Amino acid sequence: MMNGPERPLFDVEEMEISFGPQHPATHGVLRLQMKLDGERIVEAKPIIGYLHRGTEKLFETMTFPACIPHTDRLDYVNAAHNNQGFCITMEKLLGISIPPRAAYIRMILAELQRLASHLVWLATHAVDIGAITPFFYTFRERDEILDLFEEYCGARLTLNTMKIGGLPFELPDGWLDRCAKFVDAFPSHIDEYETLLTTNRIWKKRTVGVGIISPEDAINMGLTGPPLRGSGVEWDIRKVFPYDRYDEVEFDVPTGTNCDTYDRYLVRIEEMHQSIRILRQCLEKLPEGPIMAKAPKVLRSPEGMVYGSVESPKGELGYFIVATEKGTTPYRCRVRPPSFVNLQALPQMVKGSLVADMMAVIGTLDIVLGEIDR
Amino acid sequence: MPEPILQLLLIPLIKIVVLLVVVLLIVAYLTYAERKILGYMQVRLGPNRVGPKGWLQPVADGLKLLVKEDLVPGGAEKLVFIIAPAIVMVPALVMFAVIPFGEPFKVAGMTVTPYLADINIALLFILGVSSLGVFGIILGGWSSNNKFSLMGGLRSAAQMVSYEIPMGFAIVSAVLMAGTLSMVGIVEAQRAAHIWFFIPGVLGFGIYWVCGVAETNRNPFDLPEAEAELVAGFHTEYSGMKFALFYLAEYANMMIVSAMAVVMFCGGWLPPFPNLLAGLWALPVLAWIPGVVWFLAKMSFFLFCYIWFRGTFPRYRFDQLMNVGWKWLFPLSLANVMLVALGVLLLKG
Repeated sequence: MMNGPERPLFDVEEMEISFGPQHPATHGVLRLQMKLDGERIVEAKPIIGYLHRGTEKLFETMTFPACIPHTDRLDYVNAAHNNQGFCITMEKLLGISIPPRAAYIRMILAELQRLASHLVWLATHAVDIGAITPFFYTFRERDEILDLFEEYCGARLTLNTMKIGGLPFELPDGWLDRCAKFVDAFPSHIDEYETLLTTNRIWKKRTVGVGIISPEDAINMGLTGPPLRGSGVEWDIRKVFPYDRYDEVEFDVPTGTNCDTYDRYLVRIEEMHQSIRILRQCLEKLPEGPIMAKAPKVLRSPEGMVYGSVESPKGELGYFIVATEKGTTPYRCRVRPPSFVNLQALPQMVKGSLVADMMAVIGTLDIVLGEIDR
Repeated sequence: MPEPILQLLLIPLIKIVVLLVVVLLIVAYLTYAERKILGYMQVRLGPNRVGPKGWLQPVADGLKLLVKEDLVPGGAEKLVFIIAPAIVMVPALVMFAVIPFGEPFKVAGMTVTPYLADINIALLFILGVSSLGVFGIILGGWSSNNKFSLMGGLRSAAQMVSYEIPMGFAIVSAVLMAGTLSMVGIVEAQRAAHIWFFIPGVLGFGIYWVCGVAETNRNPFDLPEAEAELVAGFHTEYSGMKFALFYLAEYANMMIVSAMAVVMFCGGWLPPFPNLLAGLWALPVLAWIPGVVWFLAKMSFFLFCYIWFRGTFPRYRFDQLMNVGWKWLFPLSLANVMLVALGVLLLKG
């Protein structure tokens, strides 16, 4: 490129290119309006809304329990945390405390779901960077997790398996053994993925130093989850505002140091190991007892506003519910989706890098459009 | 029938037909092999619906592509758009003319050579013809009137042009050792030297193979069709048989690169390690197996490597690819030529 006072020999024009919403690598219907100088990105602007379903407005027309199936469809690879977040917020509003057995089973489901979600992330991230084989390995294990879900509640993706005040079903016979078997086998599978990627020269070339975001910027933009922890900020809702019984289990919060795509990859891999650790403790400590708290048949809310959040695989998933006196529906329900907030870091992360880096960055942010557009 | 007509026309014609049929068949089944092998590497089955174990899958694919609507996008440069796939396909097939698949053998008192032509500048011919293919790719990318295609075409052109240089130098190292540009001559030189050239010329062999993979736009150098960024690269807008031509040409080029690796560095049709370690390796069995089988077996190994790479590696970024080409392979290949030349000078006097 020409710099300085001389006029370039040819008129150089930036190429405008519209990336998506129909594109194999934008993970759904994300559209990116890009200005390119050759292969270099001058500007990238995410345009969202292609999957808008008005979920928040729908909540206002539905009774509290009827909202839960709709939360499934926010982040559709991660239904358990969506359910959990809504139930926890409602329990906060109604002042219900759930029995310990229900809390532990919720944690088991949530951590299994975290593994499943991270596996989808790893699969798509690797495919975007050109490694096609990890996709099939991760989906093999994800299928086992989905089988466990199916056995428990009949659904594989949209679980709808938590109730305000506890859980709808007791665990089927032998489910815990099958879960324990999976938990025992899983770490060796993580090693398999790592063999293909972690020390691979090309993988490192494509991820180290790509999509850097400083801890200050990450905090200012409100990033949560692995994108924040990859920048070295130790922040995990499970640790700082423990919900269910996360204060009774031991686990570490992995953080990165270089703030790049590779560190976020390592953070997520380590999170899978930590999830396994939590699962082991939950299976061991799982108490006997009821799975539903005593809650009225028809839930009537007190007047008030409440915010509750969980650590979803993507980051902080929060629900803000405004309720009226003796109301049966939320007056207003706002969802704080982690993907939506994380996506806003994208323009800064890709500015000045190459088109190929864009794919690595979209992959590393792990966005789900269902949650962004709602 | 007078002898010259038989010699000059009929036999070459028969050979051309046989060669084309065989090459296209192998290419078709190479796609099947790729899907099957990748399938097994990725804990799945691969095609298994059409015919026993999916053996008829390539036929079904071919039929499907043939009867598909022949689409030309509205904004495309029509003539160029239609010609481009042919420009890619023809050189890929023409190169097979000089590949020696085996030793001359006698049938009914007539000597049959299992190659179409043994010209004394065969390697130069291949290098020249192979550079023509890039025109088809860049024209196809440009004429589609699609930004993704254009970027794919440009990437591809840049990549193929840059990697042709170190590849040429790697080939020169083999030529230095053999002292001839003829493909048959190179194999004969390896027979005379009692050694395959990849042992003394291991560096050149490595450079050649890396460049060969890059030349054919395969993983980890498959940037021109990087699905994640460029949808399908230069052939995004192509469908039906025109797409099939690009696809077949890619596989034909893979075969050419593998065949050349076999001829230049792995002893062509010779059985493993001729006369080397006499007694241990010169088993009569190995000599009984016809040269064509050895040739195809060695070629299959390289083709398998292609598929293996695809199952293993992520993809390089465009600037990294150029760095590898110009900053590493280019100087390395130059140094290699000097080394080999020195070696040849010292050993042969």
